[in-house]
Amino acid sequence: METTSGQAPVIHVEGLEKSFKDLQVLRGVDFDVAQGSVFALLGSNGAGKTTVVRILATLLKADAGAAAVNGFDVASQPAQVRESFSLTGQFAAVDEILTGRENLVLVAKLRHVKDPGAVADALLERFSLADSGARKVSEYSGGMRRRLDISMSLIGNPPVIFLDEPTTGLDPQARLEVWAAVRELAAHGTTVLLTTQTLDEAEQLADRIAILHGGRIIVNGTLAELKALLPPAKVEYVEKQPTLEDVFLALVGEKD
Amino acid sequence: MKTHFFGDTAVLLGRSLRHISRSLDTIITTTIMPIAFMLLFVYVFGGAIKTGSGSYVNYLLPGILLITIASGISYTAFRLFLDMKGGIFERFQSMPIARSSVLWAHVLTSLVANLVSIVVVVLVALVMGFRSPAGPLAWLAVAGILMLFTLALTWIAVIPGLSATSADGASAFSYPIIFLPFISSAFVPTATMPGPVRWFAENQPVTSIVNSIRDLFAQQPVGSNIWVALVWCVGILVVAYFFAMAAYRKKIA
Repeated sequence: METTSGQAPVIHVEGLEKSFKDLQVLRGVDFDVAQGSVFALLGSNGAGKTTVVRILATLLKADAGAAAVNGFDVASQPAQVRESFSLTGQFAAVDEILTGRENLVLVAKLRHVKDPGAVADALLERFSLADSGARKVSEYSGGMRRRLDISMSLIGNPPVIFLDEPTTGLDPQARLEVWAAVRELAAHGTTVLLTTQTLDEAEQLADRIAILHGGRIIVNGTLAELKALLPPAKVEYVEKQPTLEDVFLALVGEKD
Repeated sequence: MKTHFFGDTAVLLGRSLRHISRSLDTIITTTIMPIAFMLLFVYVFGGAIKTGSGSYVNYLLPGILLITIASGISYTAFRLFLDMKGGIFERFQSMPIARSSVLWAHVLTSLVANLVSIVVVVLVALVMGFRSPAGPLAWLAVAGILMLFTLALTWIAVIPGLSATSADGASAFSYPIIFLPFISSAFVPTATMPGPVRWFAENQPVTSIVNSIRDLFAQQPVGSNIWVALVWCVGILVVAYFFAMAAYRKKIA
């Protein structure tokens, strides 16, 4: 597999346009994602985040513009692009009828990695699923399912991972579990493109944040840069109330 | 860029077969209706149906087998629909695998599942008195025709499997196919039917297939029926494959 040199962006998107019938979803989207970083694409429902991911994942063709992953053009070199990334979709794409371990072995076999069983066991261990590996996925909780989904994406060590709304529909604990998994990915040097509609999530995870609105990227920067767009913060004294999330997690006992 | 079409298809076939072995009820529900028809026609209506010499169960088994396949392929559409809806289809399509192996795995699974159902129905027919003097070659010919018929119907099933918006929609297409044998030579000789119905019955695909299988089972010469049957099967297969591929290309970039 070809690796791009240090400074070149791992994901490059330029002038991307896409319409569905009369609805113009993307009107010229540009952004770059640096190697090893976590990039959050932030936007409200229907802003076109998933459309961008689907184009990058070679599941959808753009009407205009160019996109490249790991130096390969998504339109002309789709096979090489598919070697370079893993996709974790908005709805956890796992096989409900198979066990967690069988899901991992399946993906490992399709990615032609050596010793699929050992790869599966190592991932079950890494994502705290070792005890549930032999259970059918249909019996998994939402958080376990999403963790399995993310662990399936890691097989074969793709340099890029697309996470399309990884915490949508999860309860607060499961969300923390997934966040931990994403940080873990970034720590291993994987480049992560994350879409989310929760500001919180972008703030927690991303090195850079781009806001997709009206079919275009309206801002793109680090959290500090985005904050600097507004007038400097005033100092106000506010009583620190626990949030409902703090209360909830304290009561039910935060899992590690 | 090397692809591993056969290896990938085998892995995905293993996955779907595991699905079937874990939900044997799909085999049971596939076979229960044809078996019920067989019981009904042999033990209730059969006494009043004149099909010439020979036992009625021998006469109707070929048609029952076609009904079995027609009800079996609705599960092919259903399984494919679930993969589409669940997102695992997209996961496979976004992976560095031979993309078409995802469809082929479903098609091969359909062949295996229908083969199992047919064996079950034939066993029940044997219990009910079905007997055939046919030798191994004739049985092989029957198996070949049934496989071709399954393949043709499976590619029809792929179309709603890929494009349906609901699970009911994905499997509803099979009902007309299940009822096609009723307006054919499957249950009664076409000679008793009034003009236009008879014309339809004699010129629709089921009749030629049923007659060929019946003749093969009875060790009779199959005549031109088998060629008509093969042309129908291959023709349906080619047309269905063409439309299934069009539906497939609409779904993926």
